[in-house]
Amino acid sequence: MKPFAKLDGLVAPLDRANVDTDAIIPKQFLKSIKRSGFGPNLFDEWRYLDVGEPGKSNHDRPLNPDFVLNKPRYQGASVLLARENFGCGSSREHAPWALEDYGFRAIIAPSFADIFYNNCFKNGILPIVLDAAIVDRLFRQCEASEGYALTVDLDKQTVTTPTGETIAFEVDAGRKYRLLNGLDDIGLTLLQSDKIKAYEERRKAEAPWLF
Amino acid sequence: MPGRTLYDKLWDAHVVHVEPDGTTLLYIDRHLVHEVTSPQAFEGLKLAGRKPWRTSSAVAVPDHNVPTTDRNQGIADPVSRLQVETLDANCAEFGITEFKMNDIRQGIVHVIGPEEGLTLPGMTVVCGDSHTSTHGAFGALAHGIGTSEVEHVMATQCLVQKKSRAMRIRVEGELGRGVTAKDVALAIIGEIGTAGGTGHAVEFAGSAIRGLSMEGRMTLCNMAIEAGARAGMVAVDEKTIEYFRGRPYAPKGEMFDQAAAYWKTLVSDADAKFDAEVVLDAAKIKPQVTWGTSPEMVVTVDGKVPNPADASSEVKKHDWERALQYMGLEAGTPIEQIAIDKVFIGSCTNSRIEDLREAAAVVKGRHKAANVKLAMVVPGSGLVKQQAEEEGLDKVFLEAGFEWREPGCSMCLAMNADRLEPGERCASTSNRNFEGRQGAGGRTHLVSPAMAAAAGIAGHFVDVRKF
Ligand code: SF4
Repeated sequence: MKPFAKLDGLVAPLDRANVDTDAIIPKQFLKSIKRSGFGPNLFDEWRYLDVGEPGKSNHDRPLNPDFVLNKPRYQGASVLLARENFGCGSSREHAPWALEDYGFRAIIAPSFADIFYNNCFKNGILPIVLDAAIVDRLFRQCEASEGYALTVDLDKQTVTTPTGETIAFEVDAGRKYRLLNGLDDIGLTLLQSDKIKAYEERRKAEAPWLF
Repeated sequence: MPGRTLYDKLWDAHVVHVEPDGTTLLYIDRHLVHEVTSPQAFEGLKLAGRKPWRTSSAVAVPDHNVPTTDRNQGIADPVSRLQVETLDANCAEFGITEFKMNDIRQGIVHVIGPEEGLTLPGMTVVCGDSHTSTHGAFGALAHGIGTSEVEHVMATQCLVQKKSRAMRIRVEGELGRGVTAKDVALAIIGEIGTAGGTGHAVEFAGSAIRGLSMEGRMTLCNMAIEAGARAGMVAVDEKTIEYFRGRPYAPKGEMFDQAAAYWKTLVSDADAKFDAEVVLDAAKIKPQVTWGTSPEMVVTVDGKVPNPADASSEVKKHDWERALQYMGLEAGTPIEQIAIDKVFIGSCTNSRIEDLREAAAVVKGRHKAANVKLAMVVPGSGLVKQQAEEEGLDKVFLEAGFEWREPGCSMCLAMNADRLEPGERCASTSNRNFEGRQGAGGRTHLVSPAMAAAAGIAGHFVDVRKF
C-alpha cells in the first residue's frame, strides 16, 4: 500500500447523496480476476452513454459530457468531494480498488457507509468526514474556481483551502499510523514475523503432523 | 480454572499475538483456495512483491465454474475459463498444490478437504468461501474469509480476528426414520432464524449429533453460516478419528496415534460455559421444505405455505409477501401439492456418498415424473463419483431418468452452464434459496437428498416417510 503523508490535489465535486458501491463499480465487473484496472470503469453507468462490459475497451465508448469526471477542468483530480452516506450498498472491495486505480487518494464527505469506510483504509485511500455545512461550502468554492485544489495533511489531520483556511478532521490513531507508513494489514502483521515464526516452532514440536 | 469450550481450546491453540483491545493474530493451518475468490489475492501479492508464507498449507481446486458435462471439451464460457486458467497459472507460479479440473481428486472444495485428509481435527481452516464452516464437523475451527483476508493469510499465515461468543445447540434424542442432518439444519434455522447465530461460534452437541455420521455432521456445520454463525463445530469422538485413518494427507502410523491422542482432547469440558444455548428434541423433527427466499422460511413437509397475516412483525410480513410473490405461491397451499420442474442433488451441503446412497435408495426401481424436466445428480468430488459408480448408484439414477454428472458446484449457484430458467421450481439439496441463486427468476426449495429424490419421482413434494 502506498503511504499517505501529504496530498496537494485537484478536487472533483460529485454532488449526490447515497452513492452506492454498485454505482461506483457496477456488478458485471466483479467477474474480473483482477484488482487493478477498474479505474476506467469507475462510475461506469454515469460516465459512459453505453453499457460497459468486462474486457471491452473503454477508449472508443461514448462519454456522458454532463458527468462531472468527464469535464476537462477536473482531469487529474485526486480528491473527491462527496455528499452523505458515500459508499453504501454491497461490501465489494472493488469500489475502493476502482477509486484508487482512477487516481483518488482522499474522499471528503459528511458521512460514509461503514464497510466502505474500512475498505478505503485497507486500500490506501483516506476518507475524511467533515461537517455537512463545511462540505457544502467546499462544494461552492470548488465549483466557483477552476483548478480548485486542497491540501490534505494526514499527520496534522488538516485540510487547507486555497485561501489558507485550515479545517481539522478526526481519524482513528491506528488507521492513521498504518496509512502514514503505507502499512496495510499485511504489512502490519509482518511486523510480527518473529512471533509467527516462534509460534510455528512451538507448534511443530507439539503437533508435527500439521507441517 | 473454569472449564473450556471446544471453541476456547481451538482458539487458544492458535493465538500468535493479542493486542490490548483483544484483536488477535490467529495462526492458520490450512488454506483452501478456489478460482473465484483467489485471483485478486494472488495479484495483490504480486503487486506488493510478497511471497506466500507457507505454500504447503494451501491447496487449490477449481469448483464453481467447471462444467458438469463434456469435460474433455474444456470450459465453453470464456469468463469462466479465464478464472480457472488463472487459478492454474497462479498455483504453478507460487508452487501451490492444485487438483485440476480433470484430476480424479477434483471436486467441491468443502468436500475434498476432509476427503483427502487436508482438513484435520484441531486445525484452523480458512477458505475464501462462506461455507468453510463445513470443516468444523471434524473438531476444527473453520471460517469463510474475504478477498483481502485470503491475501493476508497467504502472506502471513495468520488472520486478524476478534473472538466470537460461544453458542451451543444441543439436539437430544433419536431422529425419526427419513429424517436427516439436512432436516436438523433446517429445523434449527427455522427455530433460531438466519441471524440467530450472528456473532457466535456454534457447537452442535447432544445425542442426536453424536449419532450422525461424519457426512451428516458436515451437512449440519455447512449450514451454520445460514444461521448467521461464521463457524460451526462438533466435538471429536471415535467416529471423527476413524474417518481419517488412511486418508492421503492425514498422518500415518505412530504419528497418527500421537495426533489421535491430541484430537481426543478436542471436546468441551463438562463444566464449560456457553454464552447462549438452544435445545431441540430430535424426535420432534420432521422432514423440512423451505417455501421462501431465505433458509429460515421453512416448514415441515406435512405443513402449508404460511400466511403473511400470521407473521410476527410488519417487516416479516412484508418479507413473506415478497417471498410468496417471487416463489409464485399462495398462502395456505399444502407443501405436498407444490409441483416441481427440476431436481438438483449436489452442492457442498449434500453431495457426499451417503447423500447419494440415500437418494438412490428412494429412486431405485422407480422413474422420474413426466412433469420433471430435469433431475440431476452432481457428486461432490471425482472420488465420490467413482465410489458411487462402484456401488452401482449411477445406474440406479440413470434408470430412474436422473442425469449423472461430473463433480462441481453446478446448479448450487449457477456460475457454470447448469441453471434454472425464470419461473422454474426446483427441489434442491443445496444451502441457499435466495432470489436468483440458481438462475435469474429460479425458485428454490431446500430439502434433504431423500426428499429431493422423492419429489423427482412424484413430481411434487412428498413426505419421504410415507414413500
Ligand atoms: S456448492 Fe454451492 S455453497 Fe458450496 S462452495 Fe459451491 S457454490 Fe458455494
